[in-house]
Amino acid sequence: MGLLDAAITKHNVLVTSVDNVLNWARLSSLWPMGFGLACCAIEMMATNASNYDLERFGIFPRSSPRQSDLMIVAGTVTMKMAERVVRLYEQMPEPRYVLSMGSCSNCGGPYWEHGYHVLKGVDRIIPVDVYVPGCPPRPESLIGGLMKVQELIRMEQIGISRADALKKLAEKSADPKMVIQRERNAVSV
Amino acid sequence: MEEGAVLSQAVKESAEAYAVIHEKFGDAVSAFDANPTMPFFEVLDVALWQKIALFMRDHPRLRFNYMACLSGVDYPAEEKVGIVCNLESLGELNHRIAVKVRCARTGGSIPTVSCVWHTANWHEREAYDMYGMVFAGHPDLRRILCPEDWEGYPLLKDYKVQETYHGVKVPY
Repeated sequence: MGLLDAAITKHNVLVTSVDNVLNWARLSSLWPMGFGLACCAIEMMATNASNYDLERFGIFPRSSPRQSDLMIVAGTVTMKMAERVVRLYEQMPEPRYVLSMGSCSNCGGPYWEHGYHVLKGVDRIIPVDVYVPGCPPRPESLIGGLMKVQELIRMEQIGISRADALKKLAEKSADPKMVIQRERNAVSV
Repeated sequence: MEEGAVLSQAVKESAEAYAVIHEKFGDAVSAFDANPTMPFFEVLDVALWQKIALFMRDHPRLRFNYMACLSGVDYPAEEKVGIVCNLESLGELNHRIAVKVRCARTGGSIPTVSCVWHTANWHEREAYDMYGMVFAGHPDLRRILCPEDWEGYPLLKDYKVQETYHGVKVPY
């Protein structure tokens, strides 16, 4: 339930739970760290720019990991870069979130077999909350992933772990089969 | 070069340049290969490579003032690795030629030409990074792309990637 769904009395008093307020504040100002590694970064920049305008979600890139809530791993993570990614992640204050954008950072992408220099999935070095598939993903996909991070934050409660929040998120997710079937039917008609 | 073969103007100019080099260095360079894409010759006496390079750059009839590229090649059948240098005379005589230099596959060394063409500095570092041949006299021969403590030379034909790097699994 969103904060605005809570009842507002005529004395301008808003009644909600502390969890809701905290989650609302966090998910409405999700600041990603401004760093890109490859072509996915171009798509991420396009998403930040005026056409897709991430600032309407309160998302805008910060220049320092110390001011960031979210790390968007946008692009190919080389073995040489991997250690720097870990260092940046460790510099971020908690609670911190990681979104892995594109095939390369999900699993090595086109470099999975012969790319001796590529880390085959950024989840080998840091915990990833949301994976966005694509090569590179379109801005719509990235926004979808960011909405998923927001949903994850909405699942959080004081005292429950990230793993439990992720589990709650998975339970609440809609089954995509219904949507896929509906789209298929629409095409055949 | 075959007698009577029809050569393009560019290859003829390269052949003339080769003749000047061959006149000076004789058997230290191989015969001219009139490859229509990129005519080339090989340096047989590797120790002379730096002298040949300087001669090619400064001789008034050669003036190869521009190194367009320096690539590495692996010849596993002959137990050799080598480089291919694409040289041009840019804005002066407008001819071009490629030079091949080879050395032993393990522990081989080639004289550096980074003092002749500064472009060669980073190109030789990259060739060293990928093939492992040493450029004798290079001012700063470190790996340029791979991490400094990387094992092996990735573009060798028999390269096997290491299992882990700093505790992280490398293969898929």
